[in-house]
Amino acid sequence: MNWKRLEILLPFVGVIVLLVVWSFTVWLRIVDPVLLPSPLSTFKALWAGMFHGKLGIDFLKTVERTIYSTFFAAIIAIPLGILLGSSEKLYRSVEFLIDFFRSTPASAMFPLFLVLFGVGDRTKISVAAFGAALVILFNVAYGVMNARKTRILAAKVMGASRTRVLWDVMLMESMPATFVGLRNGVSLALVIVVVAEMFIGSVDGLGQRVFEAQQMFEMPDMYAAIFAAGALGYGLNLLFLSIERRFVHWAGK
Amino acid sequence: MQPAVKLELSEKARAAATRTAPHVTIRGLSKKFSDATIYDNFDFDIPRGKLMSVFGPNGCGKSTLINMIAGLFPADSGEILFDGQPLNKIKFGYVFQNYREAVFPWLSAFDNIAYPLKVMGVPKKDRVVKVEKIVASLNVKIDLKLYPYQMSGGQQQLVSIMRALVVDPEILFLDEPFSALDYEMTLFMREQLQRVFQETHTTTVLVSHDLEEAVYLSDRILLLSRHPARAVEFVHYDAPRPRTDKTMTESDFIQTKAHCLEIFQREVRKG
Ligand SMILES: Nc1ncnc2c1ncn2[C@@H]1O[C@H](COP(=O)(O)OP(=O)(O)O)[C@@H](O)[C@H]1O
Ligand SMILES: [Mg+2]
Repeated sequence: MNWKRLEILLPFVGVIVLLVVWSFTVWLRIVDPVLLPSPLSTFKALWAGMFHGKLGIDFLKTVERTIYSTFFAAIIAIPLGILLGSSEKLYRSVEFLIDFFRSTPASAMFPLFLVLFGVGDRTKISVAAFGAALVILFNVAYGVMNARKTRILAAKVMGASRTRVLWDVMLMESMPATFVGLRNGVSLALVIVVVAEMFIGSVDGLGQRVFEAQQMFEMPDMYAAIFAAGALGYGLNLLFLSIERRFVHWAGK
Repeated sequence: MQPAVKLELSEKARAAATRTAPHVTIRGLSKKFSDATIYDNFDFDIPRGKLMSVFGPNGCGKSTLINMIAGLFPADSGEILFDGQPLNKIKFGYVFQNYREAVFPWLSAFDNIAYPLKVMGVPKKDRVVKVEKIVASLNVKIDLKLYPYQMSGGQQQLVSIMRALVVDPEILFLDEPFSALDYEMTLFMREQLQRVFQETHTTTVLVSHDLEEAVYLSDRILLLSRHPARAVEFVHYDAPRPRTDKTMTESDFIQTKAHCLEIFQREVRKG
């Protein structure tokens, strides 16, 4: 028997253990079955909701909001980050502001954005974009600032102009950090969007779905929505990682 | 009739003068870093078409000197003239000690070598021709589609040397180019450098921390003192090329090396 081959199955061990513990907990009635439905009824609810019910629509709605927020965050934060990073003095002068707002919980900004944009998609997307933009900005700026001095000198001695050095060297040098920023940014945007969907008068989205199912005491639906949100977060991370691997193949080597 | 002959003579004289005139003239060069004076009113002439080594105690300002000549950072005062002109539009080749941080990891070896041509605005077709020419002339057997991180240290440094040579530089600077390579690779690279120099006679300035290497490769050896750096001596070594292992056993070589070592040790002890 070749044990090495079986090692690829290791990631499934945790999942199986969880399902077994969960099944036993339900079977032995350790927890009130109303609060904790069986894995089977949860996955039935997930399947039905995703492919025949409203959960699929909510899922797509949350994807749409998260993508929009990340997109707006990126188109604002990447050029700004390059600008700030290319001048250390400029970055130092706004560093405190960036760090301060990066540390401010985005949820604390909801009321402000509500006043600015009203109850609607614009508020949810702009709060999430705000949070994601700061994360991306910070990473891009540091990526540009930490560009290897020798490479910049190498380009300079070959006669490259300042703008060429910025485009050909600093921008490429900042690429790995930019992708780290994008990956963290999209995760944060998803968190903010889901929270916003729960509490800012929403009619759709995964956050609203979880919240509503809990209010109606439809526990299988609630767990199904939670799993859908988890799968979304995991999937987005995986997607960005694979783009990153292809695009910045030299990172960390 | 006579004036024409006169003109021809003077043209020949001018050509001879240009041939022997210094390539780079350094006058009154001064450079301070926050706490230390590296150069204080430093004068020096870099001869044309020679391979010159710079040798001196660690931290005396060897890198600083070639960086200022290549225009990587400005001197505090003084002037650096090329053929008597202050113009800076000269084509330099520069090979850094730390090749890992000098090549571009996002470009393939081929694109790394072609990059300076791209900066100069050479069309793509001509770039390919030029890169292929330099690769052939150095007799390099590397898959140029590879990225630097897929290559050995020696191969990466070879890429950065070809990148410096591909523009047919007027002056080639090498800052301890072989110090991060293993011994076998170092020996191979020395021979490559010697061959390139023999073929092109490009004015070359080599910073080396290996005295044997410096003497072996050079026509001239500039010995610097601790900073503020002075030119302690400008040693001539005119053994014919190609030099081989046998050259290193000849008395001329041994004497030159011993002489340089003596001066170096005297300077280090002064510190
Ligand atoms: N950017 C810098 N800022 C401050 N000090 C520097 C800088 N670059 C070099 N030095 C100092 O100047 C001296 C000469 O440096 P360098 O030219 O690199 O010496 P080396 O002869 O070893 O190449 C050293 O003492 C070094 O510490
Ligand atoms: Mg040095």
